Amino acid sequence: MEVVFHQDYVVERDDYASAGRVSSDIKRTLKKIGFSPKVMRRIAVASYESEINMLIHAWGGDITMDIFDDGTVKLVFKDPGPGIEDIEKALTPGWSTASEKARAMGFGAGMGLPNILRVSDEFDIQSGKDGTTLTLSFRSDV
Amino acid sequence: MTIAELIEKTNWKLDTPELDTSMEIEGAYCGDLLSWVMGKGQPGQAWITVQVHSNVIAVALLRDFACIIVAENANVTPEFINKFIEEEMILIESGLPEYETAKTLASLGI
Repeated sequence: MEVVFHQDYVVERDDYASAGRVSSDIKRTLKKIGFSPKVMRRIAVASYESEINMLIHAWGGDITMDIFDDGTVKLVFKDPGPGIEDIEKALTPGWSTASEKARAMGFGAGMGLPNILRVSDEFDIQSGKDGTTLTLSFRSDV
Repeated sequence: MTIAELIEKTNWKLDTPELDTSMEIEGAYCGDLLSWVMGKGQPGQAWITVQVHSNVIAVALLRDFACIIVAENANVTPEFINKFIEEEMILIESGLPEYETAKTLASLGI
């Protein structure tokens, strides 16, 4: 498989007002390329939740998107945050460690990672005290 | 029912009259927890919420909602409205509690 499109994005620390900006950019790019609405919506859910996680649980971070010649979309979310103490719990619907500030804005429902897991074709999460890397793949018919 | 017809029948406040209101509303979703809305909302729905910060616009756009209906007279600011116009997402204020807003939509066949 060959990469036919590559893009890097940055999520700024504490930039709540712009939360979702990268996900919107990703969706616009996929739309331009001609991905189906169904695939775009799956990727939109996963990218938005991952972007928000970087913002509310870490201190921002880097996102990369690679699109392969068979239509597979690979997203990598890498943050320098404190890491996830218990990944199994974090994957449990309703479990959240979000701050009061984040909860007041409607974040922290404990549905982020469960939503991401549900819509992704491949899901890998590596987390430690130096940060978290989430790698997702989506197959499509483009 | 289109957004324009909804406004005509309910007299709810349309904050974004500049935008096209001919889109059909395909059901509705009530919720204030953004991840629930991201996970459960469906394209073309009207989203009823009391959240009035700019992140709801990102959720609505990513989820392809028809419009957002702010309930309970939550504090809608000019900046909030401008962001909707900028992003071409319809904003409506019902002035009713969420439950009454949803009941009204249901009574209109949405």
